[in-house]
Amino acid sequence: MISSKNINPEVFARRKRINKIGLTLSMGAMALGMIFLLWILSVLFIKGFGAIDLNLFIHSTPAPGSEGGGLANAIVGSLMLIGCCTLISTPVGVLAGLYLSEYGDRSRVASVTRFVTDIMLSAPSIVIGLFVYALVVAQVRHFSGWAGTIALALIAIPVVVRTTENMLRLVPGSLREAAYALGTPKWKVAFMITLRAAQSGVMTGILLSLARVSGETAPLLFTALNNQFFSTNMNAPMANLPVVIFQFAMSPYDNWVDLAWGGALLITFAVLGLNILARVVFREKVQG
Amino acid sequence: MMSNMKTMFDLNKIDSQGGRVEIANDVTQPAAVNALEVRNLNFFYGAFQGLKNINLDIEQGKVTAFIGPSGCGKSTLLRTLNRMYDLYPGQRAEGEINFYGQNILEPGQDLNLLRSRIGMVFQKPTPFPMSIYENIAFGVRLYERLSRSEMDERVEWALNKAALWNEAKDKLNQSGLSLSGGQQQRLCIARGVAVRPSVILLDEPTSALDPISTGKIEELIHELKNEYTIAIVTHNMQQAARVSDYTAYMYLGSLIEYGKTDEIFIKPKRKETEDYITGRFG
Repeated sequence: MISSKNINPEVFARRKRINKIGLTLSMGAMALGMIFLLWILSVLFIKGFGAIDLNLFIHSTPAPGSEGGGLANAIVGSLMLIGCCTLISTPVGVLAGLYLSEYGDRSRVASVTRFVTDIMLSAPSIVIGLFVYALVVAQVRHFSGWAGTIALALIAIPVVVRTTENMLRLVPGSLREAAYALGTPKWKVAFMITLRAAQSGVMTGILLSLARVSGETAPLLFTALNNQFFSTNMNAPMANLPVVIFQFAMSPYDNWVDLAWGGALLITFAVLGLNILARVVFREKVQG
Repeated sequence: MMSNMKTMFDLNKIDSQGGRVEIANDVTQPAAVNALEVRNLNFFYGAFQGLKNINLDIEQGKVTAFIGPSGCGKSTLLRTLNRMYDLYPGQRAEGEINFYGQNILEPGQDLNLLRSRIGMVFQKPTPFPMSIYENIAFGVRLYERLSRSEMDERVEWALNKAALWNEAKDKLNQSGLSLSGGQQQRLCIARGVAVRPSVILLDEPTSALDPISTGKIEELIHELKNEYTIAIVTHNMQQAARVSDYTAYMYLGSLIEYGKTDEIFIKPKRKETEDYITGRFG
């Protein structure tokens, strides 16, 4: 037994007691969170797993009253919307993050940009949907894939901007100085040294922004809407998983409700996959 | 060992001034030539004066060491020599720093060009996030257009200069971060040498390294000094005594004493210097 003259047993016991209480409370909070997460996942799995078969990927959404059907049009539509969203949000977001971290720093333009980005980060997605509705859909007078893409990009860009900026700020100043010390011009330091050093962190940010937008329903309701048929025309309304889930889950048809569960499980897996991928990408960086 | 090194100097005598900055023609004369002359230099971090009226000459082809307690301004002085401080708003220098006759503190200097002539190696190894080969080629490509084979030669030459070739030649395509700390620091030196500057500034280059790596880098400084002018900041007085020809002792932003290293260490003129180097102070 380790003992010492200057340790007061009462103080020591009290400290251990407080430690136990703290540990119990935090374990309880964790358990509460885990229970609901597992509950949601298990319900989703039980109800959705039955709907996942080959037909889901081959057939398009069924007409009201008809049997069977799948989600092929919605899956392809979602992939196209998210793909085009990435093509817009990645360059805009990364360049804006690069500006904030390397060029703007504490300037007025930069602080305003940062402020606006933070507001956009927490803006309700339905507001963004309405904005794009007024800006695009109301002007051209029809729903379209492009409108959906723009709405999703507006949600993804702030996420990419902030993670890019934060990741660039983690790059030690000594690395920048070392590049300048060779006589490297500023733009080369920013693009070829700093951005490269933060590469995997920036990639993680992009992947997480995709995970964020892939489940968004509200902005698509006003923009891409839905399409019962298979279509890859970005100028026309486009089927997508979130809106199909939204509409089918509330429908009176059993096969529609089943498809909604299947779609929900698909999205969950996709988001899970993106999150895992983001972690793997980020870990590779840390290990050098 | 020593005589061996001497012959290596002669064999490898490559123009260290084959440079882009106008250089006086008298560099071949035997009389001492100053690469850098600092005149009445004052330096400010905002309102705080970091350097007070510094005057000193840095002789070409010699090693000049800056010593002194923490915060005495030795790193600040080094960072004025390639105008590294310019990266940060609020820092400014007054006075003159003549680099082969040209005042680099004058406005309108091309700082990138200046920094390609006056290289710098930092306290912590800072390999770029790319392969060992690319780490070296990166700086060279900024100012020269070389063919693939010329670049290969240059990379090998620079790695040889930094005594890293034997350890790195089989993994040139691996990340620079895969090297050990001491190897990374030698990679940084190779990277600085590869662009063929005329002056190399070393800011406590061994303070993050183990004794064996430190020994290798000190040996390297010995080898490099015939072709390059070297200024080194060090916390380690034994190191200053081992590697340098001239030593400057600084305290609270002032240059207290400057002279031949032997004289500074054996018979300092000023009481403050003696107190510091004998360990009674600092």
